[in-house]
Amino acid sequence: MIVGFTSTGEGWDAKIDPRFGRTDYILLYDEEKDELKAVDNREVSAMAHGVGPKTAQRIHELGVEVLITGNGPGGNAAEVLKNMNVKIYIKAGGMGIREAYEAYKANKLESIGG
Amino acid sequence: MRLAIASGKGGTGKTTLAVNLALKASTMMKTVLADLDVEEPNGAIFVGGELQNEKTVYRHTPDWDQEKCTLCGKCTSWCAYNALIKLGDIILVMPNLCHSCYACSELCPDNALPMVASPLGTIKQFKRDELHFTESRLVIGLEQAAPLIGQSLNYLDENYDDYDLQILDSPPGTACSMLEAVRSADFVILVTEPTPFGLHDLKLAVETVRQLKLPFAVVINRDGIGNDDLDKYLKAEGIDVWARIPHQREIAELYSRGEILYDKVEVVDSALDEILKKMEELK
Repeated sequence: MIVGFTSTGEGWDAKIDPRFGRTDYILLYDEEKDELKAVDNREVSAMAHGVGPKTAQRIHELGVEVLITGNGPGGNAAEVLKNMNVKIYIKAGGMGIREAYEAYKANKLESIGG
Repeated sequence: MRLAIASGKGGTGKTTLAVNLALKASTMMKTVLADLDVEEPNGAIFVGGELQNEKTVYRHTPDWDQEKCTLCGKCTSWCAYNALIKLGDIILVMPNLCHSCYACSELCPDNALPMVASPLGTIKQFKRDELHFTESRLVIGLEQAAPLIGQSLNYLDENYDDYDLQILDSPPGTACSMLEAVRSADFVILVTEPTPFGLHDLKLAVETVRQLKLPFAVVINRDGIGNDDLDKYLKAEGIDVWARIPHQREIAELYSRGEILYDKVEVVDSALDEILKKMEELK
């Protein structure tokens, strides 16, 4: 399973970015390989329009199956996510990445859609 | 002359001024008033009049043709608004984000993104005595106010080019819709009120019309409330004040009944006279 996080930084010590579309980084944790990889999303987050859908497209391209984020996607991003096979967990904004992952594993995060 | 009546803050009295000025001016010259606050037009409440014409205007957005598409994905990189999203073997069109620029449709090597029309809003044309009045109304749920305002201005060009005075009742704020409404004007009146909110938003509106290099003046509505920070600001910036409409219970009561003011309230009538005189001096 590939677990994705909207993140303020590049490693386990970063925090969940509460913003979906304008998240600075997307972190990818490959559970099988136990590998954490960071994707810089700042080029997208600096755009003026349609940032939510663009970030959703990237999450799709990165093969994310579970996404842990904060406030959750806005209307336009949600439209895109409806067409994707990704499970979304919200309200983890401000949590450390490790803490958020553990909360997800312990089934303590709220999920939406999918 | 095309005169835009705008403000930063909402609820300062744009429509009240626009409607009264237009009705009074229409007794002296060929005048048309256009309500361009397309997301919530309310000029018709005050103007009333007889409906002369109604037309639907359309917007064009791309429609993905799955049969023709070869999934090259180039369209998604061309779109400045990210209105096209590629998810594996589908292209999603986000009409809400589309600005109808046609780039994707024209450039698609497979002609897989034909533009299709859908209703954007309506333009209604009314007449009350000598005043012509147009109301533009955006389809509920749509966000594309600026394109409808643009089409409404074209409508004025087509139908009222020979008129002495075109008054534009602008949307509030300083966003795209306000810019679209004021940028073709010869002159802008910014309506404000002497409150901290009024002043804060007036400053934004002043910066906006200065950037657009449009000549402008201020009309102070509800004069007498708030504080004197507004006057200090206007003086320091050297901004003309064309008229002051005092804060009066009688005005509020008439307004709340949707009535015209200038034929009943002397201070409103004299404020309009001052504005019409200033407009005459511009010529």
